[in-house]
Amino acid sequence: MLGLTKRDTALFAIVVAMVVFAPFILNPFPAASPMAQFNAGYPDLMQRFLIFGIFAIGFNILFGLTGYLSFGHAAFLGTGSYAGVWMFKLLSMNVLPAIVIAVVVAGLFSVLIGYISLRRSGIYFSILTLAFAQMSYALAYSVLTPITNGETGLQLSLNDPRILDGAAAADGSLPVPNFFGIEMRSSTELYFGGWEFTLNAGYYLCAVFMIAAFYVSIRIFRSPFGMMLRAVKSNQQRMNYTGLNSRPYTLAAFVISGMFAGLAGGLLVAMDPLAGAERMQWTRSGEVVLMTILGGMGTLIGPVLGAGLIKYLENILSKINDSILHQWFSLFPDGLSDFLVFIVHPFIGKGWNLTLGLVFMLVVIFLPGGLVQGGQKIAALFRRRKPDQPVSVKHPAE
Amino acid sequence: MESFILQILNGLDKGAAYALIALGLTLIFGTLGVVNFAHGALFMLGAFCAVTLNRLLQVSHVVLDETKTDFLGNPRKIEVPYIQDWLGETMGAAIIDWSVPLSIIVTIPVMILIGVIMERGLIKHFYKRPHADQILVTFGLAIVLQEIIKAFFGANPIPTAAPQMFAGSFDFGVLLGFDPFTVFYPYWRLIYFMFSMIVIGAVFAFLQFTTFGMVVRAGMADRETVGLLGINIDRKFTIMFGIAAAVAGLAGVMYTPIVSPNYHMGMDFLVLSFVVVVVGGMGSLPGAVLAGFLLGILQSFASMSVVIEAIPGINQVIIYLVAMVILLVRPRGLMGRKGVMED
Amino acid sequence: MGILEVNNVSKRFGGLKALDNVNLNVMENTVHAIIGPNGAGKSTLLNCLIGKLMPDTGSVMFDGQSVLGRKPHEINQMGISRVFQTPEIFGDLTVFENVMIPIFAKRDGAFALHAFSRVLNDADIVMRTEAMLEDVDMQDKRHANAASLSRGDKRRLEMAMCLSQQPKLLLLDEPTAGMARADTNNTIDLLKEIKASRDITMCIIEHDMHVVFSLAERITVLAQGTPLVEDTPENIKGHPKVREAYLGEAQV
Repeated sequence: MLGLTKRDTALFAIVVAMVVFAPFILNPFPAASPMAQFNAGYPDLMQRFLIFGIFAIGFNILFGLTGYLSFGHAAFLGTGSYAGVWMFKLLSMNVLPAIVIAVVVAGLFSVLIGYISLRRSGIYFSILTLAFAQMSYALAYSVLTPITNGETGLQLSLNDPRILDGAAAADGSLPVPNFFGIEMRSSTELYFGGWEFTLNAGYYLCAVFMIAAFYVSIRIFRSPFGMMLRAVKSNQQRMNYTGLNSRPYTLAAFVISGMFAGLAGGLLVAMDPLAGAERMQWTRSGEVVLMTILGGMGTLIGPVLGAGLIKYLENILSKINDSILHQWFSLFPDGLSDFLVFIVHPFIGKGWNLTLGLVFMLVVIFLPGGLVQGGQKIAALFRRRKPDQPVSVKHPAE
Repeated sequence: MESFILQILNGLDKGAAYALIALGLTLIFGTLGVVNFAHGALFMLGAFCAVTLNRLLQVSHVVLDETKTDFLGNPRKIEVPYIQDWLGETMGAAIIDWSVPLSIIVTIPVMILIGVIMERGLIKHFYKRPHADQILVTFGLAIVLQEIIKAFFGANPIPTAAPQMFAGSFDFGVLLGFDPFTVFYPYWRLIYFMFSMIVIGAVFAFLQFTTFGMVVRAGMADRETVGLLGINIDRKFTIMFGIAAAVAGLAGVMYTPIVSPNYHMGMDFLVLSFVVVVVGGMGSLPGAVLAGFLLGILQSFASMSVVIEAIPGINQVIIYLVAMVILLVRPRGLMGRKGVMED
Repeated sequence: MGILEVNNVSKRFGGLKALDNVNLNVMENTVHAIIGPNGAGKSTLLNCLIGKLMPDTGSVMFDGQSVLGRKPHEINQMGISRVFQTPEIFGDLTVFENVMIPIFAKRDGAFALHAFSRVLNDADIVMRTEAMLEDVDMQDKRHANAASLSRGDKRRLEMAMCLSQQPKLLLLDEPTAGMARADTNNTIDLLKEIKASRDITMCIIEHDMHVVFSLAERITVLAQGTPLVEDTPENIKGHPKVREAYLGEAQV
């Protein structure tokens, strides 16, 4: 179906189902129960799952297939965001032109950066992309203030031209992003007994793009192009002596992943029309690397899982505070419960990055194939035989 | 002319910090072949050694001063550091005042220990893994280290002063025959520069004149052969990692009066230090030092108002631009050996 | 006229004359071996042939075109395939994919963006891959990861990858270096088989005499950067100059 093999069709169908029913699946606890804080089924978070999923899927096409480790992909996310907001300011609050222009601008920017950076490989490539991203970040903060609005960040204002639909909404306030009239923030609430589900227009717009991105990614993985990218990672020498020029292949992968990042940036501003330079900082590039590694680089589903897990942990862990901890440990005697709170405290709330760093290190050390490899290992334990077609987990090219 | 000299001077202290960090990075890369993204964190840890010592020295108890009263007529409470009780008031105060230079004594063993633990506990297992894995795991470690510091010391920068004695500035201009107050340079920055020269000199002398250093240099040139000679190169490299960590730590300790330490200062310096290493030539120690100072000075020139007016934003991007040009035109860097990591 | 012509090629490294006025002609459909003691300049010559080194003087013509200054992929596109000392294959890919890639490259050129078609839907490529695998008797290993193959099979796979491009010239760089006797003999048999089954020119750079005399139709002996003799194996065997170069015998 859809030009996919049976296996891939099944995987694709599962992902589609998960995405479509996420508002239900991610809200397993009744709204009134104390466990409701673990629910993830609210629009803001679910949108981020999908948007960063797209970002990571794109990054994985470059890093997972070719092994080129870019530390500058946040630059494309940022450029996409700025381009999107400018579309809102100049043209219309319809999200479609904003998203399209975000992808195009990020794509062009990645052609430029990729063309230069890909002249080197290995750590030099990593450092070049890092340097480019930091440069973009520094420029966005300083000289490019007329375009980026510096530290404040680029936002909508009532003085914007907005040629197609006018500066202000009917009631004089700032207009909101919409898709041919459907406002991104509009939601339908459903109640079943104690459960409460929110179906959000913005979420489903992201869902459409994410499903499309995932489909494209499957097609690329299974295409001759994807095979060539894996060949680049495996043995560039042989590739060259086989009559193939590896540079256009890597550049194409770089630009595709840059466009995915631009799409993610465009969707971010479509959900919340605000773009800031901090979106381009290299630690943000590091985040997408973490997502891809955590989920499983070079696998189809890995980046999506990684993005989801990191965004979920970020959200949940940073919400937990000491009083919640005390509540949990109230079963234990006082001294012990205080001690437990003391132990757990650095890993939650503002310290969630510590947890992230530790988890990431553990994954790189013990599970280089990420969650997907972990899942396969567990599955193999149960089946007592190796999966017939192991998802290849390879080390990146030098 | 005055402003020219001033810019060179201004570039020196930052350049010195770049040079010290890049020196450690190069030592680690040259000997162990590991790209250490956690090296900036070591610089930051050094700075926080100074902060910690400063705080420890100031641990105080409250005494009531009967001679003075506050506005309610109660005796005024005065915090007296224990150290002043033990060593007398003047001596105690002097030690607190000199806490930053004194930290050096503490920092060296602490940082060597941290370095050795890092190498034995983590890095060792990554020698045979690809560079990308090394980058990733040390990047994770850097996050962990900086978050630990953030958990203990908070997110705000912590001002840590240099000894009173060095608070002022030195009028270089007078020395060179210019008008007074034209070429002005804070004493501490001068100290930092000289300190860094001493550390750099010590590292080079150590590598040049000791048997240990000879083995390490041989190992940098050809690891396998040295291993075949029956020398336990791994043990030596572990110690080398410790030394590199100590160098980064020292750079951090002495930098605290210049920039108040915060938990992310390591990351800030790391990216630039990598650029320095690349410009100097991966694996070349003199290259790292030279490039560190050059880029520091270059950055300082790019920050001149005349230059910024001509090319806006140049101060922000000059280092990256230089690095890109170098990487593309002369990938082995200023002083890198031909054929080494030119890929 | 030969298919590969090396004319007056010289190359210096500092004071060392690695190649001194080398002339060489590889005739079409022959197996031509270049032999010589260590340091004779074999590797330098090879590197000039594949564009890795630029000779100081002289020209290297393949099929009427100069190969100098061209990138490896361009040289391959001209019709030269290369077998390495240690087999260079795509270790992370399956045997089947390893053979498909050169066939794609032969058909589509240095770069083609087939990002949306499925690999296995390309009937033409799949058919040719199947045929090639059958030729080298590796059908049963098609799904194996190339890195997991035995050394002999890796060599076989590398040959298959080169042959699948139907090259005009197959360059072999010490194809049996470091091999056990049995593996060496297998490689010789494989090469003989290849030669017997198709029109192909082979240029072997080798120092193992056994390999050279089992395969070659013409032999060039290189010593100290210059070709000493070029002749048939029979004539080379007893040639005094060759003995001198190899054994250092003073009397001629």
